[in-house]
Amino acid sequence: MAKNILEIKNLEFSFHTYGGVVKSVRDVSFNVREGEILGIVGESGCGKSVTSQCILRLNPEPPGFFEGGSIKYKGEEITTKSDREMRKIRGVEIGFIFQDPMTSLNPTMTIGKQIEEIFVGRGGISKKEIKERALEILKLVGINEPERRYKQYPHELSGGMKQRVMIAIALVGKPSIIIADEPTTSLDVTIEAQILDLLKELREKMNTSIILITHDLGVIAKMCDRVLVMYGGKVAEKGTVEEIFYETAHPYTAGLIKSIATLDTSKDQKLVPIDGTPPDLFAPPKGCPFAARCEFAMEICYEAQPENYQLTKEHMCACWLQHEYAPKVDIMRRETKEVQQ
Amino acid sequence: MSKNVNKNEPLFQVEDLCQYFHIAKGKTLKAVDHVNFTIYKGETLGLVGESGCGKSTTGRCLVKLYKPASGKISYKGKDIFSYNKEEEKAFRKNVQMIFQNPHSSLNPRMTVKDIVGAGMKLHGLATDKDVDAKVEAILKRVGLNRDHMSRFPHEFSGGQKQRIGIARALAVEPEFIICDEPISALDVSIQAQVLNMLKELQEELGLTYLFIAHDLSVVKYISDRVIVMYLGTMVEFADAEELYDNPLHPYTQVLLSSIPVADPKLVREKQRIMVKGEIPSPINPPDCCRFVERCPYATEACRKKLPPLREIKPGHFVACHMV
Repeated sequence: MAKNILEIKNLEFSFHTYGGVVKSVRDVSFNVREGEILGIVGESGCGKSVTSQCILRLNPEPPGFFEGGSIKYKGEEITTKSDREMRKIRGVEIGFIFQDPMTSLNPTMTIGKQIEEIFVGRGGISKKEIKERALEILKLVGINEPERRYKQYPHELSGGMKQRVMIAIALVGKPSIIIADEPTTSLDVTIEAQILDLLKELREKMNTSIILITHDLGVIAKMCDRVLVMYGGKVAEKGTVEEIFYETAHPYTAGLIKSIATLDTSKDQKLVPIDGTPPDLFAPPKGCPFAARCEFAMEICYEAQPENYQLTKEHMCACWLQHEYAPKVDIMRRETKEVQQ
Repeated sequence: MSKNVNKNEPLFQVEDLCQYFHIAKGKTLKAVDHVNFTIYKGETLGLVGESGCGKSTTGRCLVKLYKPASGKISYKGKDIFSYNKEEEKAFRKNVQMIFQNPHSSLNPRMTVKDIVGAGMKLHGLATDKDVDAKVEAILKRVGLNRDHMSRFPHEFSGGQKQRIGIARALAVEPEFIICDEPISALDVSIQAQVLNMLKELQEELGLTYLFIAHDLSVVKYISDRVIVMYLGTMVEFADAEELYDNPLHPYTQVLLSSIPVADPKLVREKQRIMVKGEIPSPINPPDCCRFVERCPYATEACRKKLPPLREIKPGHFVACHMV
């Protein structure tokens, strides 16, 4: 099995706001292996972006603050590193692709300058070499006429092109991990398919690990080796992509799968929505964060945090239903709900 | 197909609709170019395509937010641009719209009661006395309650805001609602709630929808018939089942094969038709098939003439020279 390249343990991250402290990430642990694509899926506000930005310390501090846990990159603790040391990791060791290419590129700088910016102040590489690298990377991400694009500004490019430039920026330092935060959310389906194929191809060529953050289960199914399902700032379920889709163990994951319309959904079949809204993270519930929306919730679910049950080597599920005394229920059934106590 | 569709009663008839925007001297953006379709009472017509294909512009023309460059739109047999004052008011009541972004389409300075009640009062459906009760009834219908009435939009989540937007549209008892990407700004688990609600309301109230979206799976789920648009032109028009089982236009095939399916085994085995390049600019488009630059089957003929929309099978229209 491939080595762990990134190990995150018991990560806790919160934000000070006018309304009080928001506990965005609570006790999150996972590993990223060499050359794999790890998907993180969840709804807005579930902490998936904050978790990924913690790795590179990109969350604004203050108002955010690190509460505890450890992040080890290639065996080395990076939460205690100084800002200066972090700068050597950002972009070079771990690259980041942001969600919205329209707003994450600097409109006053040419494409070429933005790609080269990562080498500023690093030394050891000549200007000519830098330019060669930039052109080479533009070609690699499938931009035609790299020479011309190099001199253009972001507004002269289309959305798909801009996202390719974002990928180029993330890749130019030859990082061993790329974090892609909703890389295709703002793109059209045909362009989305192109960008996803590009990411897969790059993974094979350069053996980079990719952390792919998305809310789209279709993207997860297509791309990922392993999946992390997050809810209310916590990990609800994790496992290989097959385990998540075919051996679903957590009611939230099941709810997500049941609530989407696919091409096979017939018109008479009703979608099964997850009732209610995500929990308020100002005052996270004492028990399972999903209990209030869960159709299988038992008394214990409101009282205590579920333990992490290891179902197989990879498959972990944080749900009381996995407890040996819990009733056996079929969480994938699509009937109308009945109240269970 | 829903039970309530009445094929003898066309609600909207759109003939040869064109909407151009003049951007600069000699530059014309052809947002909608010669579009024809009919919407029957009680049905849901889906309109799909990628950004910039003219689907929202088409929707906006129907509610008279734009005055089209040419073409004719009739509602219940009468041209919507020939109304007198009274007819105009009735039309505005009968045709409503649900907007894409619930965060920006509600007035932040108005309470929910005012947002939902304003239209009712204007159209004489409620008086100052009974507006409270009527707003409450509508809110109940979309899953909100009395307590929400005195609140402002910023106090709600995205899904709730969209419900308010739907309540506002329903408040004036419309016959026809244009849903312009009503769920694309919402989270997955909330999307199903709103979709189910739209379907229930249609069955109860006999509404007719024009459902605009870019998500093909959702459009298939909710629509009776579907129009696929590309760069301002209609490329395919058929019953939802027929379109998805038997897509004839190369662009429709590409769209369908690009959807990431939420099933790891299926999606990895699926044969994909890839297209190169991106959507060309709609400014001064060439007078031939708009898809020609990206089409895997393009021939000389495609570069010469704009293919007309032809009926290949009963009810299945395609605009392609090669079919």
